[in-house]
Amino acid sequence: MAHDIEIIEKTPAEYAYKKRRSDRLMRSQLMMFALMIFMTLISFAAVQAGFSAYFVIPVVLLLAAVQVGLQLYYFMHMSEKGHGLVAFFMYGGILIAFLTVLTFVTIIWW
Amino acid sequence: MTTVANSVGQKKGFGATLWDWLTTVDHKKIGILYLIGGGFFFVLGGIEAMLIRLQLLIPNNDFVSAGFFNELITMHGTTMIFLAAMPLLFGFMNAIVPLQIGARDVAFPFINSLGFWMFFFGGLFLNLSWFLDAAPDAGWTSYASLSIASTGHGIDFYAIGLQIAGAGTLMAGINFLVTIINMRAPGMTYMRMPLFTWTTFVASALILFAFPPLTIGIFFLTFDRMFGGNFFDHTMGGNTIIWEHIFWIFGHPEVYILILPAFGIFSEIFSVFSRKRLFGYSAMVFATVLIGFLGFMVWAHHMFTVGLGPTANAIFAVATMAIAVPTGVKIFNWLLTMWGGSIKITTPMLYALGFIPSFVMGGVTGVQQGAAPLDYQLHDSYFIVAHFHYVIVGGVVLAILAATHYWWPKMFGTMLSEKLGKITFWFFFIGFHMTFFLQHFLGLMGMPRRVWTYMDGQGWNLFNLISTIGAILMAIGVIVLIINIIVTTARNERVGNDPWEDGRTLEWAIPSPPPFYNFAQTPLVRGLDTYWIEKQEGHKGYTAAEPVTDIHMPNGSIIPFFMTLGLFIAGFGAMYRVDHSWGLGVLVFGLAFTFLTMAIRSVKDDLGYYVTKDQIRRMERGRD
Repeated sequence: MAHDIEIIEKTPAEYAYKKRRSDRLMRSQLMMFALMIFMTLISFAAVQAGFSAYFVIPVVLLLAAVQVGLQLYYFMHMSEKGHGLVAFFMYGGILIAFLTVLTFVTIIWW
Repeated sequence: MTTVANSVGQKKGFGATLWDWLTTVDHKKIGILYLIGGGFFFVLGGIEAMLIRLQLLIPNNDFVSAGFFNELITMHGTTMIFLAAMPLLFGFMNAIVPLQIGARDVAFPFINSLGFWMFFFGGLFLNLSWFLDAAPDAGWTSYASLSIASTGHGIDFYAIGLQIAGAGTLMAGINFLVTIINMRAPGMTYMRMPLFTWTTFVASALILFAFPPLTIGIFFLTFDRMFGGNFFDHTMGGNTIIWEHIFWIFGHPEVYILILPAFGIFSEIFSVFSRKRLFGYSAMVFATVLIGFLGFMVWAHHMFTVGLGPTANAIFAVATMAIAVPTGVKIFNWLLTMWGGSIKITTPMLYALGFIPSFVMGGVTGVQQGAAPLDYQLHDSYFIVAHFHYVIVGGVVLAILAATHYWWPKMFGTMLSEKLGKITFWFFFIGFHMTFFLQHFLGLMGMPRRVWTYMDGQGWNLFNLISTIGAILMAIGVIVLIINIIVTTARNERVGNDPWEDGRTLEWAIPSPPPFYNFAQTPLVRGLDTYWIEKQEGHKGYTAAEPVTDIHMPNGSIIPFFMTLGLFIAGFGAMYRVDHSWGLGVLVFGLAFTFLTMAIRSVKDDLGYYVTKDQIRRMERGRD
């Protein structure tokens, strides 16, 4: 069956722009990947070194939170345009979950 | 390939018609299915309400037994909330929201159909309890210690039935979110969306965040009752209060899931029949979103008397009262929409006018209960019953009845009789206030909620008698509505695109009922109240954003029906496994059946079909 198939050709300028953009993205992704591996190493090293648990647990949790952020923004492209609503829903959900948990651990059972 | 022939009006046999409805993925037909399903359960819940009121007609009545009364109140609440109010609203969302945003269908038509069938089978499962064992009897909130202690299978029906129906609701909510985010026509920015679409969007977001806690809570209950769990059994290290928290973390957003679409419906009606754009549109949107957020931060106001302590009670009391602010913004905006408007008192407008004082009364008693010290007096009394019926009947049910009259021509192509509609309104409205207004005072006089009967000589007799008479008037109103629907359908006088003549939003720019592809060309939206702008400029219909092109449409599918059937069967297995050895086999069979249908859905490619340009031109010409 014949349907209207739109074929959009890129102009050379568009092509060059896309290429530059993906090069830049690739570079930042590789950098972030290296950074994340480095942070994972720090976490393992902190545990191995036998520091106090009161030091290790917050550090590992903090590094984990940073990694989640990097994952979302650099690998799942939340830093790019058009993700505002996704971010709004995520932060809305996080806020509600946080407040709920906070309520339980502070005013309800203590 | 499916042809378009079966969608164009032609006579079909009974079997073909039935098959068409079982397999449909068309949002308009699923909307009608939701209306039929929700309407059926609404009548069922109404009959339960009538039995409750007949029992309370006179003191020391023994019209029904105490045990049966518990089943009646439980099933009345559960049915009305989960199986009547929500599906009826979903019916209108399905039928209208894609039209309002200029879309040809929802984002996931298959899941839309699945959501409907899960609601329907879940409701069927719950109501089969009347015939197979005993109905659930621990109240619609099913507080854990009581529901764990309840003998028989009643609560099992509640847990499994709501689990299935709740999953369907979650699917429907996600579907609307994706639809509204992704399927808006060119130019339909967020701040040009009609208020009904906005409230649907926020209600869907609430569903997304509120239903998972219900799912978890019901799973805990299911495990405690059927699989030897001890989540709520304090003698085994469980915690019975946790059910109340989980239930209300779901339950409070749930009431906003109900009332926000009702606000949306009334916003449309006020604007159309005042022939003015909605006053304070952006404030309305902001208030809707704010109510959505605050809805998650107030659940413990249902639990003031549990003993959370003064700190928790104080914080939740303040948070609760804060909700009155965005709600007040809405009320004033509706009043100012009417101010200076050229008002037409049609049936939907009559409901809207009746809604404002009714809902404000419910809101005021809500703030009163939000004051924790006062709530100690009001808790578990008829005052509470009066309050939540004022917000749910005075808000949600009036909205559903208004929407039935307002969108009936768009959904079915015929106009409900205005005369009968007004008769329905007056019976229902007067009956509603007669039933519930005096219950405030019954509560203050000390009549406890959920009580089977009461003794003579406490001064409660007259008010209970008046309350029952009011309930009968409401029933008469609903019967007149059903007569109206039958008469209108039998008369079958077709109407044009914009039968109210003052339609402002996109759904009025296309025929009633719309063709199965909705818009021959995707519309271009040039502002709020799109169709009104077009009419002001003397255009007929809407401005198109594209030339006529082939339209890609989804194929119907019977898989959602069978997928749900498997869960329905598995539910019986899980329940009867406790007393019969064959139960386990049935459980495994049901789940395997569902997984098989899911596998078929995953493996089989279904790319839909195209309606060609020629077919569209032919159909559009045939109409003019």
